[in-house]
Amino acid sequence: MQRNPYLPLPMKLVKNFTETSDKLIHTFTLQFLSEEDEKSFPYMPGQFAEVCVFGKGEAPFGIASSPTEPGFLKFSVAKVGVVSTALHLMEEGTIVGVRGPLGNYYPVEQMKGKNIVIIGGGFAFTTLRALATYILDPKHRGDYGNLMVIYGARNPGLLLYKDELAEWEKRSDIDLVCTIDRPVEGWTGRTGFIPAVTKEVSPSSENAVAIVCGPPVMIKFTLPVLEECGFKPEQIIMSLENRMKCGIGMCGRCNVGNKYVCKDGPVFTKAELNQLPNEY
Amino acid sequence: MIIKKSELNAVLDKLLAGYQVYAPVKEGNYAVFKQIANGGQAYLGYSNSKIPPKGILFPQSEKLYSYSVTAEGARVEEHIDGSKKVVFGIRPCDAKSITLLDFVFNNDKYTDPYYMTRRNNTVLVGLGCNQPAPTCFCTSMQSGPFASEGMDVMLVDIGEGYVAQALTDKGKELLAGLGLPEASADDQKAAEDVKAAAVVSCQVNTEGLKAKLDAGFDDPVWNRIYEKCLGCAACTYLCPTCHCFDIVDDAVDCNGCRVRNWDACMFPLFTLHGSGHNPRPSGKERWRQRVMHKFKYFVDNFNATACVGCGRCIKNCPVNLDIREVLADILGSEARLDK
Ligand SMILES: Cc1cc2nc3c(=O)[nH]c(=O)nc-3n(C[C@H](O)[C@H](O)[C@H](O)COP(=O)(O)OP(=O)(O)OC[C@H]3O[C@@H](n4cnc5c(N)ncnc54)[C@H](O)[C@@H]3O)c2cc1C
Ligand code: SF4
Ligand code: SF4
Ligand code: FES
Repeated sequence: MQRNPYLPLPMKLVKNFTETSDKLIHTFTLQFLSEEDEKSFPYMPGQFAEVCVFGKGEAPFGIASSPTEPGFLKFSVAKVGVVSTALHLMEEGTIVGVRGPLGNYYPVEQMKGKNIVIIGGGFAFTTLRALATYILDPKHRGDYGNLMVIYGARNPGLLLYKDELAEWEKRSDIDLVCTIDRPVEGWTGRTGFIPAVTKEVSPSSENAVAIVCGPPVMIKFTLPVLEECGFKPEQIIMSLENRMKCGIGMCGRCNVGNKYVCKDGPVFTKAELNQLPNEY
Repeated sequence: MIIKKSELNAVLDKLLAGYQVYAPVKEGNYAVFKQIANGGQAYLGYSNSKIPPKGILFPQSEKLYSYSVTAEGARVEEHIDGSKKVVFGIRPCDAKSITLLDFVFNNDKYTDPYYMTRRNNTVLVGLGCNQPAPTCFCTSMQSGPFASEGMDVMLVDIGEGYVAQALTDKGKELLAGLGLPEASADDQKAAEDVKAAAVVSCQVNTEGLKAKLDAGFDDPVWNRIYEKCLGCAACTYLCPTCHCFDIVDDAVDCNGCRVRNWDACMFPLFTLHGSGHNPRPSGKERWRQRVMHKFKYFVDNFNATACVGCGRCIKNCPVNLDIREVLADILGSEARLDK
């Protein structure tokens, strides 16, 4: 029998970083306790894990770090309930559990040779950061064409990974388009909602894949824009976030039609989703 | 082989030497599967147990592992039950339901070690149904009063005794250890007669059901089916094929355990997101999910219907919502429920 998929791997929380100005999102850096542990956790961008706070429970979070960054895992967590609040209050040095990696991942193999358009809204940017970081790694950068990242938040303070965004801004091998909903003092960048901004920059669908992650309304209005740009359902990749517990297709919670988001997803192409009922 | 009724207790006592034995036990007006301490506790004169025996393999509440956390790490100890068990007197519908749970707990990507370890160490001794209940519709659900799917041994009640037939190696091994006499030609004949005489009076028309559901996610029928449902989830807790669960912590400070408990898609919080969004906000979507899961999604994934026609959900629904009528409703008025 394979490894018990319910058992968490103990990891040390080495950094609890307040990511956003409203303090509702923290980014956690978790360190593997041994090399062996790290080997037992081979993951890819787009996968998630059940993070467990002993005594409180577990909750699924997308892995925000990329496998090209060895030694640790990163999660950016919004404070909404029991586990997320416990994490927010956690002192550095505490042991937490991680169960995974779970789910499928962005099809980085099939994406080779293509231009990549990453579109993210709000704090759903976590696994998109993992994907961009993976592509930007010198080992992989040559495998992909142009990389455009369209990323928006309500206001500048709510953008995740600001240091990295600043770095990406300086690089020539990534075209970063950041936007905030409304003009505010001190922000010299773009303003406007993601669908409108996407329309403005109008990414080419020629030999391209678009990966979209964000709140349901953003997705709803961004997809038609991508279609206008010529993206076919097979060229659009999304990641779903149905409520989960087991993460392994057994607790019966996260299905959309006959697919379990935890086991068959969370990554699906729009073409695949078109075959499923709209229940997510 | 034959087990004389007068010797049943002795046979069970013999089994108790090597196995944990679960059998129906009479409680008030109904029977429940319990671990027995002596053969005299078993009560085989029941139509079906109130609660399905699925809990023997998939307990309603189960400790998955315990842990203690220190500054350096965490010690995690899994609790896997490897004891040898016999479920004695399980009905055909319930035995079949276990073959359906197998698909879930041993899926294309993951194996659940808790369920599968118990499953592999359990022998199912089934008991055919001489007198199916009025709520039974197993013959419409690829089962039947003498269907043997899932059983390791099948018993047929011929009055003064049970004709026992081993169906698997596990079953052969179990019977071999009991030193039972062979069934005579007359006994065999009696068993065949009993099988032939059993009638499941209720037939549910399922012709075209899958096709209807394939195209019917937005069918107006869902707007009314759920209306009287209270969302109590009795139907799902008592269903032998329902397998949904929750995982929670039970802990004091750094020492505790992680526990899984049965849960149900009929509850509103089951799919509620942290953001407040709920993909199944009302009873309509939840009833649709229950029907779709059993009669479409399960068929898509495993080529089997996740209903065995045991009738428990019908018998125990406080507002008499009857899944047979729901299916007839989905199929349209031409498909009547024959009683
Ligand atoms: C694949 C995947 C990836 C994800 N990635 C991320 C990520 O990177 N970052 C992130 O922040 N989140 C992410 N999420 C969402 C995250 O899993 C949830 O926010 C998390 O489960 C919350 O856990 P919790 O224990 O803090 O909340 P809980 O305590 O479980 O609270 C949230 C849930 O509890 C119930 N609840 C609590 N309070 C109420 C109430 N007042 N009324 C009714 N119901 C209530 C609801 O069911 C609600 O959905 C992801 C989810 C999935 C499935
Ligand atoms: S038992 Fe009846 S009332 Fe309760 S949830 Fe099921 S259908 Fe609804
Ligand atoms: S749906 Fe009802 S009749 Fe079918 S197996 Fe479950 S409880 Fe029995
Ligand atoms: S989270 Fe349990 S089935 Fe998907």
